[in-house]
Amino acid sequence: MLITQLKSQEAIEALAQGKTVIINCHGCKEVYFAEHEADAFQKELSANKEVTQIITTDYICNPDNLKLQLKKHTDVINAADTILVFSCGVGIQTVAALFEGKKVYSCCDTYPLPGFQGVTPLNVDCGQCGECYLNGTGGICPITACSKSLINGQCGGAKEGKCEVDKNMECGWERIYRKLEKLDKLDNMKYDAPKVRNYNNPNAE
Amino acid sequence: MRITELFERGEFVLTAEVGPPKGVELDHLIKDAHEYLKTRVHALNVTDNQSSVMRTGSLATCRVLKDEGLLPIFQVTCRDRNRIALQSDILSAALLGIENLLLLTGDYTTLGDHPQAKPVFDLDSVSLIHAVKRLEEGFDIAGNEVDGAPPKFAKGAVVSPCSDSVDVQLAKMEAKVKAGCEYFQTQGVYEPEKFIKFMEQAKQFGVPVQLGLIIPKNVGMCRYMNANVAGVHVPDEMIAELQADKEKTKAGDTGVEICARLIRECKDYAQGVHIMSLGWENRIPEILDLAGIAPITPVV
Repeated sequence: MLITQLKSQEAIEALAQGKTVIINCHGCKEVYFAEHEADAFQKELSANKEVTQIITTDYICNPDNLKLQLKKHTDVINAADTILVFSCGVGIQTVAALFEGKKVYSCCDTYPLPGFQGVTPLNVDCGQCGECYLNGTGGICPITACSKSLINGQCGGAKEGKCEVDKNMECGWERIYRKLEKLDKLDNMKYDAPKVRNYNNPNAE
Repeated sequence: MRITELFERGEFVLTAEVGPPKGVELDHLIKDAHEYLKTRVHALNVTDNQSSVMRTGSLATCRVLKDEGLLPIFQVTCRDRNRIALQSDILSAALLGIENLLLLTGDYTTLGDHPQAKPVFDLDSVSLIHAVKRLEEGFDIAGNEVDGAPPKFAKGAVVSPCSDSVDVQLAKMEAKVKAGCEYFQTQGVYEPEKFIKFMEQAKQFGVPVQLGLIIPKNVGMCRYMNANVAGVHVPDEMIAELQADKEKTKAGDTGVEICARLIRECKDYAQGVHIMSLGWENRIPEILDLAGIAPITPVV
């Protein structure tokens, strides 16, 4: 999941040079977008700058869909000096690739957000590492529950069960150890060869 | 020389920690090492960007100390280097004649003075020990052969006997031993009874353990460690002891006495002592004198 956070008002105002078209991408199930905040800000921007069109559409990450959605706005886009895009990083790149000769600017910073839309609580996450460790760790993910994504046990930085990186976070490896203790599976921690991550897996982070 | 040879000989192995400065002037560090440490401890740990604060490197400092006739221990953390750089630096250590390693996972980047830096942690303490062992066997961690005679090191690691979850620490200690760890230095100990209890369980691994000591400089430092430093707990009585005679504590004498007492109480259960003096290297000879530990003949 992603969260697209608006850049500062000053930063966006500085980008809106000349005739400016705004493209909003709404409706994606993967993205949390600050719709109301963006809407209010764009109204203000329209009062101060030369905003010639505000387009709100969806799935601009898909180049064919983007082309289709923007067809009816061709004239105003061709006449524009600047295109401001309010979307995730993928959407901005797709718009920039479609209008090669135009100044296309991003108005958002995109962050990953734990969990998956609708079904998963936010304090649980899958790192999509491509080599699932959950069978050996009592169903607690060492990649996402440990700040350092360690796979051979705790680092020793936890104090009273809290992570050295974030005191609000429980040490993932203490949680794993306690869970394995409960399951009478502490032998899982006794492996012959230490584990080493494979970052050559497709898309492993 | 590898400090494992000292353990094998049955020596009570003494080490102290020195931290390279943020800059390349090592005169002060070298002077202190000669004046206070050379005839009192067998080897000097050189920290690796300690607490995630950027400083001159451990490996280069180790070589400078070696050239000064001192025995360095190269501390290596997994925070800043991936497996390629780590293995390369281990081979570089062999090339420079550095034979002692202390292999650590490392503090997280946000704890130091470059909180925006990319944290690496490609390997961790256990897989790093394994990687060094593989290099000693003539292979890198990917299974490729290493040319020529393989290097040989004393491979050390750390453990926290006074951790609030000592069972988890013991499990990790076992993993380190299995991976090839040959000696341990502990996190700072202030509670002898916890250390002794820990050693009763740790002795099953058959690997020497050095009692770790952090000189308690003042009450503020102890309170800070209690709140923030993992595996360290200064009991209330000890804080009261530091509060009792403010002048004595300010002069550093209370901290020195506490360390000497801890050594005396734990000595029979440990195979050595490791002192983290955090700038108070000049107090180490007194601590050892008070603990009844005689000067040593330097080994290189």
